[in-house]
Amino acid sequence: MKRFSKVLSLIMALVMTLSLAACGGDNGGSNNGGNTTDAGNSSSGGTITVGVVNNPPSESGYREANVKDMEAVFSKENGYELKAFYSLKNDEQLQAAQGFITEGVDYLLISAAETTGWDEVLTKAKEAGIKVYLFDRMIDVDESLYEAAVVSDMAKEGETAVNWLLAQNLPEYNVIHIQGAMGSDAQIGRTGALDEQFASGKMKKVVQQTATWDEAEAKKIVESVINSGESFNVIYAENDGMAKGAVAALDEAGITHGTSGDVIVMGFDCNKWALRELLAGAWNYDGQCSPFQAKIISDYIKSGSTPSSKKIINEEKGFDAKELTQADIDTYGLGE
Amino acid sequence: MKDKTVNLKGGLGQLTIPIIAVALLVIFNLIRDPGFFSISITHNNYGNAVLAGNLISIINGASELAILAIGMTLVTAATKGQDISVGAAAAIAGSVFVKVLKSGAEISGGTVILAFICSCCVAMIFGAFNGTLVAVFNIQPMIATLILYTCGRSIAYWINGGATPTVTSPIINAIGSFAPGIPIPMPVIIVIIVTILFKLLFHFTSLELLTQSVGINQSAARLNGINTTFIKLLSFILLGVCVSVAGIIGVSRLGLINHETLLLDVEMDAILAVAIGGNSLGGGKFKISGSIIGAYVIQMLTITLYAMKVSSTDVKAYKAIVIVLLVVIGSPVVKERFAKLMKQRKKLAKGGEAA
Repeated sequence: MKRFSKVLSLIMALVMTLSLAACGGDNGGSNNGGNTTDAGNSSSGGTITVGVVNNPPSESGYREANVKDMEAVFSKENGYELKAFYSLKNDEQLQAAQGFITEGVDYLLISAAETTGWDEVLTKAKEAGIKVYLFDRMIDVDESLYEAAVVSDMAKEGETAVNWLLAQNLPEYNVIHIQGAMGSDAQIGRTGALDEQFASGKMKKVVQQTATWDEAEAKKIVESVINSGESFNVIYAENDGMAKGAVAALDEAGITHGTSGDVIVMGFDCNKWALRELLAGAWNYDGQCSPFQAKIISDYIKSGSTPSSKKIINEEKGFDAKELTQADIDTYGLGE
Repeated sequence: MKDKTVNLKGGLGQLTIPIIAVALLVIFNLIRDPGFFSISITHNNYGNAVLAGNLISIINGASELAILAIGMTLVTAATKGQDISVGAAAAIAGSVFVKVLKSGAEISGGTVILAFICSCCVAMIFGAFNGTLVAVFNIQPMIATLILYTCGRSIAYWINGGATPTVTSPIINAIGSFAPGIPIPMPVIIVIIVTILFKLLFHFTSLELLTQSVGINQSAARLNGINTTFIKLLSFILLGVCVSVAGIIGVSRLGLINHETLLLDVEMDAILAVAIGGNSLGGGKFKISGSIIGAYVIQMLTITLYAMKVSSTDVKAYKAIVIVLLVVIGSPVVKERFAKLMKQRKKLAKGGEAA
């Protein structure tokens, strides 16, 4: 009896593996079929299928705006069919990209969680004739595997801001520099240009501290400078939240700021609430970190042209409180 | 009352270490910069005459920490463990506060009170959740609160849909900064009110005694008819109230809720404040005044380091050095050695006299 059951289980196991293999074969077949029909659809019906692999909107205000922008640009009205997948995990993103390739999308748009591990998937995409665009983040692969990468240049954001500051022609620059989390792309980029000015002696560094994006910490840093009695006339905070923390310290100490105040306040990210502070004249400058790459990619897709450069820098603005309009806030502001 | 007189006779007792720490920091700062503690009166941007200076920054900045330390002391005393989810829970409480404020058309005194009640209830529910895990299911407090520590900020994120909403209102500004006509920062006044409320609670109920007996010997307490489960649960719920108040102060300071950064890493500072205050982290006897002083010690240390322009990335390392010293000096082993040494000296001195 025992022996019989052993044999039986063996047979069962064999049958199951065989049937699994058969299933696999079937799948492959139907997928191939799917591919061809999809391609046929897109050429005849005019809808372009776009697979987007992105980080989830919960990651940040930036990502939230980014996802919304993607949905708005790659909409049905614009002749697209959008398939999106969101994850903070690279391996899940890789699987999703793989899925999009087998489903047979026309374009694959990727903002990768990590820079590594994408070779295989992108090679497969190329073999399948799918054009790949990277947005927001670069990936460590051969340039030939993607059409172009549309990214922000954080160093340029810093330069734009510092150039704006230089254009204010202040008699002297005594700067409180509040940095983001040390080592992050945004911090390195936005610190670089200002560090050059400190080194050249054009601007004086009153204090340079990291508040690791923490608003309350930024307030404490500015408070300690005020208490020490040192004079300063510029606050350069590497994001909006920290600028708000700094301004709270100024308000408590009775130091005026903004367009008609003693201290120039600079922030980054262009949250809607921050831009409203600019409009009210309480702050002076807000640097943009644009999450709007969809339009640029869509333009290339629609025109059918190949980008001249593999790295397309997303044009980013810096807003001056004196020139900002409500329309700018509605178009470029993040969040609510 | 009797207890107090005994304490006075025998020195400061439990408060020796925190008071020595404060004294050392004060002396150090006075040597470094004699004007460090000078207080001036300025007019803030809303036209109020307000006090300013490092001392005000220290007392004001430590408010959230002091309030959390009060609640943490109770939890520590009753459960022999600590709640590491206070920062995350404060983010939730703050998010609820903002959510309620934003749901109304206008921010008035009424909506602020309503928002406070809602946020308080939510924080108490989360406190009760932690408390149930600890008191009913006998899970180690640090492990039980690890759950909320991990997921709390995600929950806070859901409440406001991920954005960092801002609230601008004179009332909110008054809570987080200065109220018109009062030159003392409002958070400081809130700390005083909370402290008085707890003192009253201890005065009119036997909560202090019950908590201590549960912490010292749980089985003995139970045999004496104390509902140990309830006392433990209550300590977490009271901590919930503290968490909500701290969260609201944090939000009101800036008029903005950032669920990722609000009171970040405050749980460790709160536990430290309890330890610096001379309270045993193993439960039992406690003094909330010690923990409050502990909170001010931590803040004074931070402000001192900032005033010395120590890079904020290094501040934590320097803080760690000072805290290691404080905790080691306050440890029973060192205290015993020190007491022995003193005895030997006295003996030697007596021997010398006799000879």
